Amino acid sequence: MGIVTMLGLVLVVSVLMVATAFGLWRKKTDGQMKSIAKYAPIPVADDDPEVDVVTASAGDHGGERLTAQMLGSALGERATIVQFSTAFCQPCRATRRILDEVATMIEGTNHVEIDAEAHLDLVRQLDIRRTPTVLVLDSRGMITKKAVGLPRKADIIAALGEVV
Amino acid sequence: MSSSVICDPQVEVDVRGPRFAAGITVVVLAVSLLTIGTAVAAVLLTIQTIVFGLGAFVGLKAQPYGIIFRKVVQPRIAPASEFEAIAPPRFAALVGFIFTAVALIGLATGVTAIAYIAVAFALAAAFLNSAFGFCLGCEMFLLGKRAFSRSVSV
Repeated sequence: MGIVTMLGLVLVVSVLMVATAFGLWRKKTDGQMKSIAKYAPIPVADDDPEVDVVTASAGDHGGERLTAQMLGSALGERATIVQFSTAFCQPCRATRRILDEVATMIEGTNHVEIDAEAHLDLVRQLDIRRTPTVLVLDSRGMITKKAVGLPRKADIIAALGEVV
Repeated sequence: MSSSVICDPQVEVDVRGPRFAAGITVVVLAVSLLTIGTAVAAVLLTIQTIVFGLGAFVGLKAQPYGIIFRKVVQPRIAPASEFEAIAPPRFAALVGFIFTAVALIGLATGVTAIAYIAVAFALAAAFLNSAFGFCLGCEMFLLGKRAFSRSVSV
């Protein structure tokens, strides 16, 4: 074998195997839409939106609620798609393109992009670990779904379909 | 919070460039890892550290593997259809630079274990980048930022 060491050989093979397994797993799970367990949908029978807002802000629902002030941008009339991005993020651009398209397509939906680095308090509060992370909010600003990684367009549309 | 802060569209590269560069890096690092303890590994790791350093501190245009891609590979393949911002690959080069520099320090001080560990991590990152287009350093960026700037957030 000459200059090749046994330890080196074992390491190279193991590293490539582990990295391949991780890469395949990541490719499969990346961008999947996860429902927020704590989310309580808007009551269907409720035809007075004022009442709704009051109950939500009173903290009756366990889910997290985002406001225009927290986002630094107005909520969509029917739904809001929030995207957390950083400068060193490859899939953030493609994510932005998809979300902009969907927000334009579905009326009353806003796409808000947040620079995670400049909003670390919010990032910690919502436990955002990597970018892009996409949150789907209903008309009240309640988080209904979360996707970490580049989301599929169909999944975003389906998630919005549940709230608008 | 305008998009321009997050991604400057003026500076972009063909996505295949950094992935090609990562592919050469995989080969260089794999051979280094196989031959740690010999002069071959020391020479290869020195070259790779310089390559990473040029990419991180000077720019992707100065990155030798990127130059090979533009001069030799790109003219022979289909025109670029996908572009990416240069910030992620430059950041990846910086992370790579740190790992190979640590490996060289390990070799120089005779602590070979450090060299093995550092090169193994760098190899994993370069492989993920080249085979899956996945930037490990970039993914760790926000976690690092969260951990190291606890109470000074804007």
